[in-house]
Amino acid sequence: MFETIGNIMAPLTAIIIHAAIPLTIILVYALVAIWGERKIAGFIQDRLGPMRVGGFHGWAQSIADLLKLIQKEDIIPTDASRFLFKFAPFMMFAASYAAFAVIPFSSDYIGSNINVGVFYLLAVTSILTLSVIMAGWASNNKWSLLGGMRSAAQMVSYEVPTIATVLTVIVVAGSLNLMTVTEMQSGNDILGFLPNWFIFQNPFLIVAFIIFFISILAESHRVPFDLPESESELVGGYQTEYSGMRWAMFMLAEYADMLLLSLLGATLFFGGWNSPFGEFMAGPFWGFFWFMLKGLLLVFVMMWIRWTLPRYRVDQLMHICWSILIPLSFVNLILVALWEMIF
Amino acid sequence: MANQIKEGWLTFKSIFTGMGITMRHLFQPSVTLQYPDEREELPPGARAQLYVNIDDCIGCNLCARACPVNCIDIETVKATDDVDLGKTSTGNPKRFWLTRFNIDMAKCMYCDLCVHPCPTDCITMVPEYEYSEFDRTNFVYHFSNLSPEMVAEVKDKAEEEAERKKREKEEMMRKKAEEKKKKEEEAKKKAAEEETKKEDETDADDSTNKNSENDDKE
Repeated sequence: MFETIGNIMAPLTAIIIHAAIPLTIILVYALVAIWGERKIAGFIQDRLGPMRVGGFHGWAQSIADLLKLIQKEDIIPTDASRFLFKFAPFMMFAASYAAFAVIPFSSDYIGSNINVGVFYLLAVTSILTLSVIMAGWASNNKWSLLGGMRSAAQMVSYEVPTIATVLTVIVVAGSLNLMTVTEMQSGNDILGFLPNWFIFQNPFLIVAFIIFFISILAESHRVPFDLPESESELVGGYQTEYSGMRWAMFMLAEYADMLLLSLLGATLFFGGWNSPFGEFMAGPFWGFFWFMLKGLLLVFVMMWIRWTLPRYRVDQLMHICWSILIPLSFVNLILVALWEMIF
Repeated sequence: MANQIKEGWLTFKSIFTGMGITMRHLFQPSVTLQYPDEREELPPGARAQLYVNIDDCIGCNLCARACPVNCIDIETVKATDDVDLGKTSTGNPKRFWLTRFNIDMAKCMYCDLCVHPCPTDCITMVPEYEYSEFDRTNFVYHFSNLSPEMVAEVKDKAEEEAERKKREKEEMMRKKAEEKKKKEEEAKKKAAEEETKKEDETDADDSTNKNSENDDKE
């Protein structure tokens, strides 16, 4: 009996430890990114951003915000569907977090080395749509419902170009496993010095990356596609009725989603954990460093775009997706496939 | 098709232009002033809080008259003869006790009109802008440095002196009136005497008459 318990417990412990690594990364990143976004916003607008909490440039602002949000009253509307209302934010974060299982953080660490990695990732992130609808519907508030529906429509729509552009990379790589995809991009052969990343391998993949980036901006509800939420200045869409820690879970999920999709982009187009200098600074730890650097650079570009562009109208948003990005991405897929056939 | 490509190109061009602008601003020093730690110095001649250097005030009431909203409330008491209030720093003699000098900063409209007529430059605008209050009555600033007992004492003394002076004046008036009467009587007497002298046809008292006339003139 004890042996069976041991046989169950040992893998379980391993699983928990394994699962704690991405969670730690997400939580630390979220604290830094929320502070960083506010600082970047400040600097771009010639302000200073938060300066009061902590020593250097208000670095403890996110922690202070967290403490404040924990203290806040947990308000649930009287006629709300209580279970769904409470469950939606956690489900949203869980969907983002579950997708991290197939992200290869370094050459030695990947949560789950399965053959259907990208497919699993895209499937799991679809649950985000469900949680958004759940939150909008359970709030029993017409504006929340409208915002939730709009958000869901946006996410469902923009999943199509995302998947199409991911598919272009998969066509080139010939594998759904992200570890394999990353390993294919090692080495510096292009023009003698450029790394073997997919973005340099094929001119159409540059177009694919641009479409992919626009799509992930929309999928993670970032400006210029955050019209349904506008959590910073408008009513908040499906988040309207949420307060305190439940709202913070939404924010955490949004930032986790940003990181997840940025890391996916880094994996597919920028060589994942491969060093840009070939064998120099390569290795498991340096691999993790390069990978996070690439992902965080994409996150930074997202923030940079956020403080540059105004929002789209909701009809423009749909028009961009259905009339421009989807046809372009499919044409691009065909062109990439032809290029791979010819060369 | 060509049109769409052009439009797409323009879109990306404008996006990258905007991103270049924001990138440039990212590295520019901020214009923020961290208020509680750093404070903005008001420029010279800024119109802000009023301040009265009460030691220099001569109680001339010019500022209160210049004020368009009547926010300055001054009450003065004339100093008695036995007290010397000294002089202001500008050399003007001080003749009044300032029993009340209140400025209601809630009413003040920062027009600067009270500052200019002041002969001793004792009412000035100081570059202060942090004097908000929770209670409106706290905006009435009391600049008079006399205690209430002192005010009462000064007022009593001033009243006494005023009465005394009034009495003296009345006395003076009475004396003058009596003198006038005397003179008139004398003049009548003289006229009567002269008539008698004319009848007597003598010029003996001419010189004395002239003297008395001179006295009258003085």
